[in-house]
Amino acid sequence: MRSDVSQFDLTAPPSLDAVLAALAKEPGKHTLLAGGTELMVALGTGRLNQHSLVSIQHLRELRFIGVDDSAIHIGSGTTFTDIRRSKAVAADLPLMAQSASWTGSVANQNRGTLGGNICNASPAADTPPVLLAYGATLTLVSASGTRTVPYAEFHLGYKKTALRPDELLHTINVPRTFSGYRHYIRKVGTRNAQAISKIALAAVAKLDGDRIVDIRLGAASLTDRPARCSAAEAALLNQRLDAANIDATVRAARAALASEVKPIDDIRSTAKYRAAVAGNLLEEFIRSLVT
Amino acid sequence: MSLVQFSVNGKRESLDVPPMKRLLDVLREDLHLTGTKEGCGEGECGACAVLVDGELVNSCLVPALQANGARICTIEGVSTEGRLHPIQQCFLEKGGAQCGICTPGMILAAHHLLDKYPNPTMEQIQEGLAGNLCRCTGYMRIFESVQQAAQQANELTAKS
Repeated sequence: MRSDVSQFDLTAPPSLDAVLAALAKEPGKHTLLAGGTELMVALGTGRLNQHSLVSIQHLRELRFIGVDDSAIHIGSGTTFTDIRRSKAVAADLPLMAQSASWTGSVANQNRGTLGGNICNASPAADTPPVLLAYGATLTLVSASGTRTVPYAEFHLGYKKTALRPDELLHTINVPRTFSGYRHYIRKVGTRNAQAISKIALAAVAKLDGDRIVDIRLGAASLTDRPARCSAAEAALLNQRLDAANIDATVRAARAALASEVKPIDDIRSTAKYRAAVAGNLLEEFIRSLVT
Repeated sequence: MSLVQFSVNGKRESLDVPPMKRLLDVLREDLHLTGTKEGCGEGECGACAVLVDGELVNSCLVPALQANGARICTIEGVSTEGRLHPIQQCFLEKGGAQCGICTPGMILAAHHLLDKYPNPTMEQIQEGLAGNLCRCTGYMRIFESVQQAAQQANELTAKS
């Protein structure tokens, strides 16, 4: 049943400082509302439990894509459409551009933000596996200061994040040091367009000849949070992918991955299917490195 | 309640509404612009799509307060002086509309698409309309309607 909208308050403070002041004054009271593609759905279905909302959708200062020598800095209020239109993102972070392109429909990409995708903290979200593979960091701000945390340490559990009640995600910093890396991403959903993933895997790897000298894997829907697959990474690092070794390497990587994921049965898929397909995606990626 | 001011189809509006009221409901209930439809109410079907500052959005996911200061175009603003927009005309001629519930959103999504890609490929049409669900036409006639609208617009540009 739909919520009674008169029971909800929404304000739009004129500046980021005013938003941070409101959060600092009553920590935990307010919930930030950006593009609304998640919270407004909850409102529509009567599941919105937060009654005091603060809009940050109008804050231009959170909507930017900045590039310096080492990283691309994406403001948390940047929409998926903005990301898809960015030449810098397309050139340096192809997995980011790809994941933005399959986050919902055009209308939702015009509203939904990267910061919202991260802070909503769904284990099935589209961009987190990419941010994990790229080793992103997050700049968090509050009235009392700024701190930067590795994105891999941001998700603490199902829908639980390291964000303090008075904090706001300001910038997503993504290294642009992947020249010469191999990129891989695949999302498996019920259909090609507009599906929430059953499972997704994003990966980057650097090879020296046929030896893997750097590898990072990020996955969706394999644990209670977006997860970096460090056991599988360890099983692959420094391995050679020549004909004599590749089958054993694939087997070891699949086993390591199986040991670290804990997929669940839910409305979209089963734990068994997710575990099997996760191994298949990893194998597809490994074998693609030698072709 | 919050004071919300915006323009809809070129007309300035000033309303006192709950700030979290969905733009969809403001359009339909407060402004009686019932061309914008509600399908799923979850941003999945696109029946409530409108243009806000030229960008396609699902109005069921926009709280009224976030529309403050915006320039909104609904299906009622697509035709001019009782004359159908070429996109509407093509939907009519090609059978791109049947029951009509998805049609306003489809037309606005097509409008947004042709703004961005005046000469869209079939893939671009399919992606541009992927957020608009139709349960009648099977989509082929809708895609053909958009193709024809693009073709006509390009012929007009070529002539002028």
